[in-house]
Amino acid sequence: MGAIELVCPAGSPAMLRAAVEAGADSVYCGMRDDTNARNFPGLNFSPAELADSVAWAHDRGARVLLAVNTFARAGAGDRWRASVDAAAASGVDAVIVADLGVLAHAREAHPDLRLHLSVQAAAGSPEAIAFYAEAYGVKRVVLPRVLSVEEIAALMREITVETEAFVFGGLCVMAEGRCALSSYATGRSPNLSGVCSPPESVTYTEEEGALVSRLGGLALDRYAPGEPAGYPTLCKGRFAVGGELSYLFEDPVSLNAMSLLAALRRAGVTAVKVEGRQRGKAYVARVAAAFRGAIDALDQGLDAAPYEQLLTDLAEGGRETAGAYRKTWR
Amino acid sequence: MSDAIQLTLGPLLFNWAPDRIRDFYARIADEAPVDRVYLGEVVCGKRAPLIDAALADAAGRLAEAGKTVVWSTLGLPALKRDRKAIAALAAEQEMLIEINDVSGLQGRAGAFVAGPLLNVYNEGAARELMRRGCVRLCANVELSLEAVSAIAAGCPGLEIELFAFGRLPLALSGRCYHARRHGLHKDSCQFICDRDPDGLALKTLDGRDFLAVNGVQTLSHGVQLAAAEPEALTAAGVTALRLSPHTADMVAVAEAFRARADGRIDAAELAARVEAAGPPGVLVDGYLRGTAGLEAVGGAA
Repeated sequence: MGAIELVCPAGSPAMLRAAVEAGADSVYCGMRDDTNARNFPGLNFSPAELADSVAWAHDRGARVLLAVNTFARAGAGDRWRASVDAAAASGVDAVIVADLGVLAHAREAHPDLRLHLSVQAAAGSPEAIAFYAEAYGVKRVVLPRVLSVEEIAALMREITVETEAFVFGGLCVMAEGRCALSSYATGRSPNLSGVCSPPESVTYTEEEGALVSRLGGLALDRYAPGEPAGYPTLCKGRFAVGGELSYLFEDPVSLNAMSLLAALRRAGVTAVKVEGRQRGKAYVARVAAAFRGAIDALDQGLDAAPYEQLLTDLAEGGRETAGAYRKTWR
Repeated sequence: MSDAIQLTLGPLLFNWAPDRIRDFYARIADEAPVDRVYLGEVVCGKRAPLIDAALADAAGRLAEAGKTVVWSTLGLPALKRDRKAIAALAAEQEMLIEINDVSGLQGRAGAFVAGPLLNVYNEGAARELMRRGCVRLCANVELSLEAVSAIAAGCPGLEIELFAFGRLPLALSGRCYHARRHGLHKDSCQFICDRDPDGLALKTLDGRDFLAVNGVQTLSHGVQLAAAEPEALTAAGVTALRLSPHTADMVAVAEAFRARADGRIDAAELAARVEAAGPPGVLVDGYLRGTAGLEAVGGAA
């Protein structure tokens, strides 16, 4: 059983270098437009920055994966094709794609370019994965975060491609790529615009002594004075059902599956992935170093437990979960 | 031109009792001016065994009444049984089916409808599906009429269906929110979603109607109403309007849409008639205008 590959986020060239220096085997990033799913102001790479970063990473034995993982806007497919072409020109090790049209372009225009299937494509069954592998030559699938470790192990027995599983960072509670809550409230969503719960739609207001967070004018949570206020991501909001308030979809938690690294490796997962291209180089340096330590410990037959508590304070909202990887989550 | 627009009834998204299902489709068969009816459990595979017999009866009844019946696949297979059900339907190569998850494309050679739960956002993706037998696309609900028009323009020969009435299917999850709401686990859910025949309404902290939960699915609380001029729909490539079943008077809803598609009533009259049929929320159409989906019909874009 080989070492598990550590895939870390890079929202900028500096963050890419920080990730590699802290021990990432691979780094993923996006172009500075809506062709990637972290389309935030000030983030991401120009074609020149991408080419420089790929050369820098390759000199250090690290791989660079380019996420072209949003769905092309109708009538505007040129931009997505241009991102794939820029990826191929820069010598990236793979592109991460979700859209059938973008996959087809990559396959036809760049037959040697390695294709990874984005989590946004929501391929969670052996049949769906086989379809993408046979139709487009996809070599690796980023697994939807709706699967338990047991289900991943069963899945691995029925597929022939590599898999990559999210282990740290933001946690989608819906099947990724199958959620339009954000656009229903704001007009912008991951599939339409590469953003979820977009920052320009967020407000915080003082009301009756409490701080109220809103998205698109909808009150999503309320905080007492002094209580740390979270970001109003739709699925982590507090809602009223039959007059009773609850975090109906998910508590304001983030994913930390470090305790499941050994199980994921046993299941046959090729790579583990850290979310958070928007969270900066200090974040990625700490997360990459902690996971590097845990993976190396497992490789040496040692316990990874000492690494598990290293990142608790980085969790959004300060609380963590292993999410769907533990079956009781459902 | 406009009288060419078909009406279809989408698959039932909610957990209704078998008797209710039989009665519902019997009335649709006898009275509703719809050309095509999609049948099949698309939300939760656990429900399928409960309703299979009722849906089979409904299919017979609808076919006798001259309606085209198209079986729809599940949207998010979770169990081995779900996968088998999708594969079995996909293997019926001579029969037109609706595919709602990419799983259904594997091994499919025959004609199919791409359902609204598939991620088709552009003409390139639609053309990929056409190469594999897609004859009709029911546009994803996030798409604006302008985007639908661009897809149609890039895909000559593709029939386009628009989600025209009903709570919008917004998300699917591995987690069951009905079970979570009632302190149960998905694996022992007691099928508690049957208590809410239009979904479980959910309000924001400041009391605003927002979403509706339907097991593993999340829908809008607002009810989509595509009221555009029939000429505008035809110009955008739309060949059919999909009405999604609710407890509202679906015969009255279908009659109102038929009248609108035939140019006999205006948008205001359509909205008034649909309101009178008892929809479970306010009428919205923001997505079609390229803005937030919850924007009310008649609002500024």
